[in-house]
Amino acid sequence: MSQSARDHLGRPIVVVTGIGIVTSLGQGKEENWRNLTAGKSGIRRISRFPTEGLRTQIAGIVDWNSDERYCAPRHSINLAKQSASEAIEQAAIGSPGSFPGPLFVANSPAETNWDQRMTVYGDEAGKNLRGYERLVKNAAAGDYSRYFRLFQFASIADNLADEFGTRGQPVSLTTACASGATSVQLGTEAIRRGETDAALCIGTDGEICEEMVVRFNLLSALSTQNDDPQGASKPFSKSRDGFVMAEGSATLVLESYAAARARGARILGVVRGAGERADTFHRTRSKPDGSAIIDCITRAMADAGMTPEDIDCINAHGTSTPENDKMEYLALAAALGEELANTPISSNKSMIGHTLSAAGAIEAAISLMTIGAGVIPPTINCIEQDPNILMDVVPNEKRVQDINTVMSNSFGFGGQNVCLIFSAEPY
Amino acid sequence: MPPLGDSMSNKQSEVWITGIGLVSSLGEGLDDHWSQMASGKTPAPSVDTEDQAPYPVHPIVDFDFAAQIPKRSDQRQMGKWQHLGTYAAGLALDDAGISNNPDLLAATNMIVAAGGGERDLEVDADIMEKIAGVDEYGPILNEALNTELRPTLFLAQLSNLMAGNISIVHGVTDSSRTFMGEESAGVTALQTAAAQIRHGQGDIFLVGGAYIAERADMTMLMEFGHTLWQGEHDSVWSRKDTDGGMIMGSAGVFLILESRQHAESRGVKPYARVDGIVSDRCTRQPGAAREVADKLFDQLNSQIPGGTLPVLSGCCGVQPQLVEEYEFLANLRERGIEPAVRGLTTILGNTLEAQLPLSFALASLAISRGRFFDPFDKTGFETAFSGIPEHILLSTWGHWRGECLALIGKPDVPLREGE
Repeated sequence: MSQSARDHLGRPIVVVTGIGIVTSLGQGKEENWRNLTAGKSGIRRISRFPTEGLRTQIAGIVDWNSDERYCAPRHSINLAKQSASEAIEQAAIGSPGSFPGPLFVANSPAETNWDQRMTVYGDEAGKNLRGYERLVKNAAAGDYSRYFRLFQFASIADNLADEFGTRGQPVSLTTACASGATSVQLGTEAIRRGETDAALCIGTDGEICEEMVVRFNLLSALSTQNDDPQGASKPFSKSRDGFVMAEGSATLVLESYAAARARGARILGVVRGAGERADTFHRTRSKPDGSAIIDCITRAMADAGMTPEDIDCINAHGTSTPENDKMEYLALAAALGEELANTPISSNKSMIGHTLSAAGAIEAAISLMTIGAGVIPPTINCIEQDPNILMDVVPNEKRVQDINTVMSNSFGFGGQNVCLIFSAEPY
Repeated sequence: MPPLGDSMSNKQSEVWITGIGLVSSLGEGLDDHWSQMASGKTPAPSVDTEDQAPYPVHPIVDFDFAAQIPKRSDQRQMGKWQHLGTYAAGLALDDAGISNNPDLLAATNMIVAAGGGERDLEVDADIMEKIAGVDEYGPILNEALNTELRPTLFLAQLSNLMAGNISIVHGVTDSSRTFMGEESAGVTALQTAAAQIRHGQGDIFLVGGAYIAERADMTMLMEFGHTLWQGEHDSVWSRKDTDGGMIMGSAGVFLILESRQHAESRGVKPYARVDGIVSDRCTRQPGAAREVADKLFDQLNSQIPGGTLPVLSGCCGVQPQLVEEYEFLANLRERGIEPAVRGLTTILGNTLEAQLPLSFALASLAISRGRFFDPFDKTGFETAFSGIPEHILLSTWGHWRGECLALIGKPDVPLREGE
């Protein structure tokens, strides 16, 4: 139990002093925690756009907090503003509009959607032209400066940098479904380098539109259990048939332990370690032997200076796709060995759905809340667990248990894998 | 607090550039670029005025992507943008002697500066035609998307799949991050990699990006902001007294950044040393970007000797940044520095995410050949430099956001004390 401000490798210890979250289960930590521990689902039938003809018609869309006409990057910005405001308020750091550190935002690429494309298409200037020739002509003739600002690739991070007054150039990043975890990792690394005493790490994704649904359907990645939206996301179950897309955002305020203690901040948890390993096998599948994700988990434990016995529970990637859940089990069995039998593992995605770019940040936030409350949220919809997945998945009911350390997994398409480890303070 | 950045301190590991993979509108490889850019005459840019008319662009040269992406199954999973990046990454790995060394590949970290992947613009055109004028086009759109989109196309659209493809094709498997967003993605990618090396968070990094100018969806995006130059190609400094505008360029550029110790232990010689990358942002009120650049220069100043300083500018051409960057560079004289500026965008265009990596590659080339480039334009702003460049200042300001200065040094010139 060291009170030093440096970790086992002599690096500044990184702590979390603010958490904010918005998901399909609600707005803010309190509402999310209440619904997570009650085992509720935030998945509904999609009403944002017509779903006629789509194989998947369900999602965890967050729409109660906006009456604006839907625009994907603007929605991602709004969700991020909500989670970041909550986190910064809790951390009570900096001053309004002036956060004393850099910004790392995990988000989906900002793309013009059909709504914007057709708005531009309908203008007069290029009406005798076709396709993009027409769009370019109309873009040049009209005033689309608002689109210019929103659809630059860096626009989400840039808007947030303005809103929260973070320092320097914001980093807008993607590692697909591991993105949110990567944002925490980048913030941790910057503090460990001594570049900054604080970092604002955000994952945000509000990008569900018809084309996204079709794209993921083409990869056969989504559940098509449209008749039972709340039962569709069933990680580790025998009948799981894909993930359920969802929206949300979470923010962590990271600080060096020394700086947080010096200003008397309440410490919500410690970022103990992070591990990463890219896969070379396939664009949407892990190596059959799981070696990349095993390595990623092993490296996180090494970075944290921990062994499998130190991990009290695991916040799973647990997407509910046949492939992921099988591979995650295989990798955990290899990386944790016999200890896995004593380590409960739960998937928040059973309730929230898969928030893609935000998932790693949301699950990091919930991991820290798990430590704070001593309660593990359940994996719901676990009626018949996959007999080949021999783990304690905390089925259907929350579990009250002292938790000092949580491992959180995130594995992305494109083979980008991140594992984070959080623990209580002090250690 | 000073702006964030990666600047040199003598206690930390030196960052060397030990590998370069380069394809642009001028050609492929360092020799090809050197012969055109240091031939004693003004280099002739390659310009296409038809593909995106009325906007001139610098088209990417033909490159034999199969030479770096041998499997057809891999080739089919990518569009041209991912081909270009994966190809250039392969060239950089070959150049640094990392390819075919599994242990080294497994220890190589990657940061890709990415834009959006590619859409099938013909499919978009068909769908737009189909749904135009229909009030509630949702169901028709769904049906069209269901029939027209292909799975491989979606993967080609994902920004992080350039990194994914580089891992799959070349076997780079340590950390993998993709930073998004125009010029600043290239800036933060290089800055992060250099800072990680200096602080022992990795010994060797593959960093870079790609951009292809011949993309109407990108032309549309840039014209939402009325940022493009129309008509005949002109040098970037000649556009100074006009309303300005960008000419987009094409490039795939990857660099190997490596700690000096790591490079020496495997007997590798550097092209150049990274002596600092500093950046910040402002909301581009008049004069603000120049003010930021002045502050950034102060941060690098301790490593910059007086006298004539070669400068490679990625000046984008959009006003008022064009005038502000011009004035910033011209006013270096007030600091006792005579800038020998080369407006890289005059001959290669703005390559967005690839812009700073491209500047890094060409500055490293000049340092390693012991000579700076001949002037790229005839306005007289670009003055001759006949000495051996020991430092080259890189100035890369985003067309919309983000200002960056970087300093590339000759590896055998000692770092200056006094930080």
